[in-house]
Amino acid sequence: MGAKQRGVLGRIWDFFCSLKLTIFSLISLAVTSIIGTVIQQNLSRQEYLRVFSEKTYNLLDQLQCFDMYHSWWFIGLLVLFCINLICCSVKRFPRVWKIVHNPLLTPNKQVLKTFSNVDEQVVKGDIASVTARMKSFLSQEFSAPRETEKAGEVFLYADKMKYARFGVYVTHLSILIIFLGAIIGNIYGFKGYVNIPEGGTIDRIWLRNGQIPLPIDFSVRCEDFSVSFYGNSQRPKEYRSVLTVIDKGEVVIDRRPIVVNDPLSYKGLTFYQSNYGSAGDEVVLIKVKVRGEDKVDAFSLRKGAVTELANGDKIEIEDFAAAFRNFGPAARLKVLPKDGQPRTVTVFKNFPQFDDERQGDYVFTLVDFDQPYYTGLQVTKDPGVWVVWLGCALMILGCLVAFFLSHRRIWVVLSEQNGKVGVRLVGSAHRNQPGFELYFDELKNKFRDVLSKD
Amino acid sequence: MSSGQLFNFVTIGYFAAMILFIGYLATHSAVVAKLATLFAYAGFIVQTYAIGLRWYETYQIPGGAGYAPLSNLYESVVFFSWTILLIYLLIDLRHKQKSVGAFVVPFAFLAMTWAQLRLDSTISPLVPALQSNWLTYHVITCFLGYAAFAVACGVSIMYLIKVRKEDNPSGSPAGGIVGIFPSAKILDDLNYKAIMVGFPLLTLGIITGAAWANYAWGTYWSWDPKETWSLIVWFIYAAFLHARITRGWAGRKAAILSIIGFVATIFCYLGVNLLLAGLHSYGG
Repeated sequence: MGAKQRGVLGRIWDFFCSLKLTIFSLISLAVTSIIGTVIQQNLSRQEYLRVFSEKTYNLLDQLQCFDMYHSWWFIGLLVLFCINLICCSVKRFPRVWKIVHNPLLTPNKQVLKTFSNVDEQVVKGDIASVTARMKSFLSQEFSAPRETEKAGEVFLYADKMKYARFGVYVTHLSILIIFLGAIIGNIYGFKGYVNIPEGGTIDRIWLRNGQIPLPIDFSVRCEDFSVSFYGNSQRPKEYRSVLTVIDKGEVVIDRRPIVVNDPLSYKGLTFYQSNYGSAGDEVVLIKVKVRGEDKVDAFSLRKGAVTELANGDKIEIEDFAAAFRNFGPAARLKVLPKDGQPRTVTVFKNFPQFDDERQGDYVFTLVDFDQPYYTGLQVTKDPGVWVVWLGCALMILGCLVAFFLSHRRIWVVLSEQNGKVGVRLVGSAHRNQPGFELYFDELKNKFRDVLSKD
Repeated sequence: MSSGQLFNFVTIGYFAAMILFIGYLATHSAVVAKLATLFAYAGFIVQTYAIGLRWYETYQIPGGAGYAPLSNLYESVVFFSWTILLIYLLIDLRHKQKSVGAFVVPFAFLAMTWAQLRLDSTISPLVPALQSNWLTYHVITCFLGYAAFAVACGVSIMYLIKVRKEDNPSGSPAGGIVGIFPSAKILDDLNYKAIMVGFPLLTLGIITGAAWANYAWGTYWSWDPKETWSLIVWFIYAAFLHARITRGWAGRKAAILSIIGFVATIFCYLGVNLLLAGLHSYGG
């Protein structure tokens, strides 16, 4: 019974350690990942029903295909992948640890036969002197050997880059570390956003899918937002917000500009330039001059607001366009005289003489305008991100070691053979056999040279 | 001379190299192989200069702040063909298997032809999202990886042709175009070596992409279709690397995985931009 149970457990263990499972889970992850790139994720029910029938929608919804990267079956595959990764590493690691820290110093004949890189010479002399020559040969050509005597034979063992064997495990571990970082971020972090009008201050942000705002323990003021374009084109050049951070009534970060690709961080929160929009009508700067007089008055006006001039007449911005056809910024002014009929006047920023030429009693000029914006900021907190970067660094390191370095081992076995000394050179590399074969052939030639010299 | 004109010469050079490499398969003539390699080198050198020239040109347009020419589909396709040649020539220096050229240079030629005939080569200054040094690191690592996968794919196609011939020797007499192929063992090894180079580069490409996304948007991974497809490609080559050490999965199956991997790579690169929506849409 016990043996049988162990057999079942053993088989389960072997299943979770197997490379076949690795290939299966990698290919399954690859194939299932496609679903989420074909079906757009996390849309609303209405949006899906435009594409799918009710029946298909319900089926796909039940299979969690609309948020598949967080579905039970996708997470399940990732967990299976991790278990496989852990099991096969746990299974193989102790053996590799032993090879590195407790190497096979005196392999027997059967073991030596399994290596394909071998050379054997018989030379005159006594074991002690040949051993000494071989030791200096290995030290010079390869690395300093360890000497062991066993059953009349002398074994020299030397190796190089033994830690290369750990590359695979570093890579495997790095994947687990990246997952750990992602989990930390999911539990202790959040993603949100906030819109701040120019001049406005906020001390709370909105989480994605959140109904109520999340208070933060400092406040952020948007001093200014601007968008610039390349030349006269519509191609955006820069989105820039100028932010001030106020913590406990004190300005801690003063007027720091942020642009896309250059965020602002404070107390674990990072603010990214994400979008922008208009926060109300433009403020238009109009200069008014009474014909024949020198005095010029300037007014900052918003659409719809009525302003009284010095003599009691009133003006109102009836309409404003930042780009009126090809003429650039233009405003339509309504002049409301104290007595008499209201009339409208159009002024252009790019043609300041235009209204003067009208020969009216007032000369209006559109000096400039200011579009009030709000800046849209993405706000995130992710304490796991450094764990993820650590994992990434380890992954690159692990890959490079695993692919490009190899643990090379050389044994020299010396034995007494009818008054002469038999010297056997055996080599093994844990990867890149063709490369090692070339290296061993060269070493073999030097080995023969050294032995043939008397 | 403008970079655009030079790229036309590059295309012609790669066309000549491709035809000569195919001619080498038919003639087995060492002279033809040398000539083919010569054209490949000449095209590569001119292309290197032309990419540098285009870089210079980005500073010359009105209001141009200058940028590494890796910012739109045209520039990336041109760069892709350059990386294919780079990886191919490095492998050629080391392994000297001229017949491989006939299966790798066509990728570079097709890329250049497509770029020159169909894609918009206007130099436009960078939109805010692309104004980052991460762009350069990300694109260079990704495309070096893609190029290594292109070489692996070409070699895998050769492998499949070769083993089919070896299994079924009754066909044409010894020789033919397959006669000059390296042995199946060498092809299998070249396939593995190319992927061994490509995989860490792809990994680095994904990581630099994640780092950039985190810097620009505050999230290193958002399951955007481009990200997801790069991960799909990563999964396939990870499966390949494990398949090679599994009994029954080496050889033919590994070659097929390598080809599937490259098809997925091309879909990740082009299919996602042309067919699916996502954050990389400006790339099209």
